[in-house]
Amino acid sequence: MTETQALSVVARNEHEIVMTRVFAAPRHLVFAALTEPGLLRRWYGPHGHRLVVCEIDLRVGGDWRYVVRAPDGSEMVLRGTYTEITPPVRLVHTELNEDCWAADGVDATVTYELTERSEKTLLTTTSWYPSTETRDNVLRSGMERGVGQAYSKLEEALESVDREVSA
Amino acid sequence: MEARGYSTVDERLDVTFAALADPTRRAILARLTRGEASVLELTEPFAMSQPAISKHLKVLERAGLVSRGRDAQRRPCRLEPVALRAATEWLEGYRRFWSESFERLDEVLNDLSDVGDEQTGGTK
Repeated sequence: MTETQALSVVARNEHEIVMTRVFAAPRHLVFAALTEPGLLRRWYGPHGHRLVVCEIDLRVGGDWRYVVRAPDGSEMVLRGTYTEITPPVRLVHTELNEDCWAADGVDATVTYELTERSEKTLLTTTSWYPSTETRDNVLRSGMERGVGQAYSKLEEALESVDREVSA
Repeated sequence: MEARGYSTVDERLDVTFAALADPTRRAILARLTRGEASVLELTEPFAMSQPAISKHLKVLERAGLVSRGRDAQRRPCRLEPVALRAATEWLEGYRRFWSESFERLDEVLNDLSDVGDEQTGGTK
């Protein structure tokens, strides 16, 4: 029951990041986990980050807003608007991350597609960015987060270098 | 793009990714994973002139993905795995970033499935 499913991530064409992952559950449950705040709070937020605010107005034109808190206490606001809701098959929303340098203050479009086969669900998450540069920066920020603490230490080190240089 | 020193990991990656963006250059790298080769050997499978292939090799060299041997005549090309690994880790970091969340989602779905089973006639 604890088989680990492989997550695949690819950069597709000039605009997209495509993630695919199989879940051992029917797709109506996966759809619920993507759209119900009580469930999202239990899983969303990587690497020690916690979803502390999760507001969802699940209708076309309705807004969503997440606040993600990092282990160091800093917070990041993610928000957007639902543009397509077809349970349990497809969900589309815009996504704006104002606190992330990588996202550059532009709206991404995130599309979730759920395909069910013998009680399992293939979830395909496609994030579309208006420019290749933004797309690549977002991928790169993932690398930095992946490095985690090492990265924040690097940042501190760079800041002190910066002070020394400008002093 | 000019050859120069790279001050940050990011700049280095920019150059690496620009080098990897071209299908011919990726094919050259794929060939080199099987062992070193001369420019002539690398030219053979492509419908391209030797100067065109040499140009691609220069881009790969500048990105640190390929190095050239000293043998004056052959100057064999070989893969530099470290730069290539840095480039793949780029996607890997993003993947790891999400895979943790999705592992928690597995647990949530597992709980939901159990509840569903009980409701639809699971007996205890």
